Amino acid sequence: MKKLLQVRLAQGHRTEARPEVPANFPGRPEFQPERCVDGCTSCAETCPTGALQPGRLDLGACLFCQECVPVCPAVRFTPEFRLAVRRREDLWLEGDAYRLAEALDEKARRLFGHSLKLRQVSAGGCNGCEAEVNALSNVVFDLGRFGVQMVASPRHADGLLITGPVTEAMREALLKTYRAVPEPRLVIAVGACALSGGPYRDHPEAHNGADSVVPVDLYVPGCPPHPATILDGLLRLLGRL
Amino acid sequence: MIIALTDLPELTPAELRARCVEAVRHEGRLAALFSPDGRRLVAVLARGAELEALTACTDGQYPALTRDLPQAQAFERDLYEQHGLRPVGHPWLKPLRQPYGADDTYRIHGAQIHEVAVGPVHAGVIEPGHFRFQCNGEHVLHLEIALAYQHRGVERALTGGPDKRTIHYLETLAGDTSVGHALAGCLLQEELAGCPVSPRARALRELALELERMANHAGDLGALAGDVAYLPGASYCGRLRGTFLNLTAELCGSRLGRGLVRPGGVRAELADPADFSARLARAARETDQAAALMLESSWVRARFEETGRLTTEQARELGLLGPAARASGLAVDVRQNGPAACLGSTGDVEARSCVRRDELKASADYLVRLLEALPDGPLRQEVGPLAPLHLAVTQVEGWRGAICHAATTDAEGRFAVYKVVDPSLLNWMGLALAMRGQEISDFPLCNKSFNLSYCGHDL
Repeated sequence: MKKLLQVRLAQGHRTEARPEVPANFPGRPEFQPERCVDGCTSCAETCPTGALQPGRLDLGACLFCQECVPVCPAVRFTPEFRLAVRRREDLWLEGDAYRLAEALDEKARRLFGHSLKLRQVSAGGCNGCEAEVNALSNVVFDLGRFGVQMVASPRHADGLLITGPVTEAMREALLKTYRAVPEPRLVIAVGACALSGGPYRDHPEAHNGADSVVPVDLYVPGCPPHPATILDGLLRLLGRL
Repeated sequence: MIIALTDLPELTPAELRARCVEAVRHEGRLAALFSPDGRRLVAVLARGAELEALTACTDGQYPALTRDLPQAQAFERDLYEQHGLRPVGHPWLKPLRQPYGADDTYRIHGAQIHEVAVGPVHAGVIEPGHFRFQCNGEHVLHLEIALAYQHRGVERALTGGPDKRTIHYLETLAGDTSVGHALAGCLLQEELAGCPVSPRARALRELALELERMANHAGDLGALAGDVAYLPGASYCGRLRGTFLNLTAELCGSRLGRGLVRPGGVRAELADPADFSARLARAARETDQAAALMLESSWVRARFEETGRLTTEQARELGLLGPAARASGLAVDVRQNGPAACLGSTGDVEARSCVRRDELKASADYLVRLLEALPDGPLRQEVGPLAPLHLAVTQVEGWRGAICHAATTDAEGRFAVYKVVDPSLLNWMGLALAMRGQEISDFPLCNKSFNLSYCGHDL
């Protein structure tokens, strides 16, 4: 018992009031299409997923790999980790302001605002997003303090949190899980795969993301997104920020 | 290892089979077995870090290796599934990366027998897979593991490369092993191009690989504690996993090490090695402290000891890799430098936990020494075109065990075949065997003690 208390003291209090990301974190890019050079296609030749095209950048497909930075004068990555949006089209950067996710309407906020139970469905992908979703439950991010919890059954859930491009092998299981969640239900898509297919975009073995199968209420970009990005998106959706 | 396709020792299928069986009898193992065209067999044998490739031409079938070499079972199912190349005498050519059919599951019949089916959607935040237990009461007689839900066609998509997606496929073969798989793939390209990286790049790669091992081992210890409801262990180790991930992020911006390993070197820098080393050593000490607390607790020991046992002989037969093998006393390790492997003996959940604790400590000690004198050199160099018509094989001791990548090139120097062997491909059978005779309620604990990759298996 003495040892337990000693270790407990040494481990300290670790929950962060405001999660931080490192200074070199590749977050929301600053995109200035006016700096595109006429006839330049270096972005299309470099970008692994086709997210970066002359004059526009799709954050839904962006892997935040920064391979474009040395060749494209229009893109510069910033450490801004707040990235989640409500509509797929809001992920297209065309030089205008970025529309971060708006809160749910008042009725939905009354239902979910103080207690949101989510069933996670891993529908293909690399387990990177799942790892970062899991990290939300550790003592640093402590998702539970916001009333958000991952639950074991879709029957207990208010919505789904989907990762992965939705492989053909997982399509039916995802649909069944979705239908098992009582209405009204939310769907949160996390990571480049769930938003656009990610690195597996247009593979015949997979679909191009969660919204090719079910309607999505919140899109969280990243490959994988930082836990702080996911947390920010959830809190925005619930009108808690 | 690199060899011109024309220099590969040409054998008959029977000779190839005999050589493989003989090699495994003498401390070797089958690192890969694949076919470039559905006719020709290529076998890669490993003894520690040493590799040897053999080839044989078949007429569409050949005598199965699995009969004498159980570790070949998944490779031969892959050969049959991908090419229709039939290993004659294989006990059961059930699907590997295609959906299971109704007749592909082993079933035990009897009035007292019941079946428990779990997944593909699980209760936790984990990847999809289907587990089917044949039970007598709480007693598990047999566990059938049907995967393939993560199959997204990565091996297929890697052929024809390298191209702009190649590195991203490598980094997402298994997200928790981004550094390990990217490293195996980049070493392969560098070997084929004849362009070794600078000593500094090599050291930073080692740093990233060991950080990945430490993060995952800490996370696993926390998850194991969580599974037996020992919350101090779960809380401390869960947080410390994040500390190691954040150290990786300091190098390259990504907690999983995305963007860090690139062909020709690294895209990372370390400004203050001494400060980094001090923080790393502190996190390792805190993990060791948390692990000691947990592994000394009678609460934890009562559940860990003698649960999910595998003998050294079973581990050897199945060709198990990494901590799962070493916990059973099988000294398999492909590192030429880096921290020494840590061995266990009892082969139970307890041993698999202790091996992780010991390896984490060994990695920290190694990195502290490495960071005392980081060598100089360019971070990244240009990688030239790949040698045409060659076979290259590389191995990296990832945190789950030996990762093997093998590729052949065509006349233009593009990948004609790209094969990925994540240690999970072999270790899943270890989990199935470890569950025999266990209580079904011990499954989550046994599963966590292996913590295998679904996506690394399904590709």
